[in-house]
Amino acid sequence: MNAWPFIAAAYGIGVTGIAGLVIYSYGSMRAAERVAALLKERKRDR
Amino acid sequence: MHRYANPTRFLSIARRWTDPLLVAGLVLTAGALAWGLFVAPPDYLQGQLVRIIYIHVPAAWLGVGAYTSLAIASAAGLVWRHPLAFVAARAIAPVGAFFAAVCLLTGSIWGRPAWGTWWEWDARLTSMLILFFLYLAVMAMQTAYDSRERSERAAAILALVGAVNVPIIKFSVEWWNTLHQGNSISVFTGTTIAGPILYPLLASILGHSLLFGAVVLMRMRSELATTRASARARRFAEALA
Repeated sequence: MNAWPFIAAAYGIGVTGIAGLVIYSYGSMRAAERVAALLKERKRDR
Repeated sequence: MHRYANPTRFLSIARRWTDPLLVAGLVLTAGALAWGLFVAPPDYLQGQLVRIIYIHVPAAWLGVGAYTSLAIASAAGLVWRHPLAFVAARAIAPVGAFFAAVCLLTGSIWGRPAWGTWWEWDARLTSMLILFFLYLAVMAMQTAYDSRERSERAAAILALVGAVNVPIIKFSVEWWNTLHQGNSISVFTGTTIAGPILYPLLASILGHSLLFGAVVLMRMRSELATTRASARARRFAEALA
């Protein structure tokens, strides 16, 4: 049996999943910290 | 540990460590996977199929390791009521579930050509599937009640009870006659894996572990920022009213 389609599927799941997890976590963190900083600025302005 | 339970102190440390951990994890994981895929030799028995271990083993290690961290964070939350312990538990659970799922999927993909089946109700595979369901149950419990404190405590108790599955996963290949192979790496007895296959595997485990650390820090920072933003928005609304 040719092993390469199975290897490609395993790497595809692993690499795509990790990339998605990292990008989503990084984006969520940046967005949440931006909102928190914005509200802090507004409080200071008032 | 008590020293770092202060959110402000934790945030100053987390902000310093997130980016270096992330970059080191990405570089090491990418390098190790390329090493395993293009440079490492095929196994004498498995042939090219051995390359799947460079994804499967780190995912298994982190699926089990993350659950251990989840149980420790849950215990700290229940016993010492550390403000960050439950934040850590909420950050760890979905990441651990992700790695457990990757472990199950890549194991299944490996099993089809190696064993001739996608799935077998073998002790190691079944206990790993139970671990994945435990993650899902803990995540569901973390938002089960209207009271956040009640949800956190219930999820922590469930996580601690479920920790009994961790040694079962570890020793399943010794306690039962399993289709899954026995442990190939041991702190006490060394390893049965040859160097050219072992080194990229260790690099991949380390790279994945650094990425796990970075993702958990990012998720904790995200949750702390959301909590602070909600408190500020509430105060803002009250001041306008």
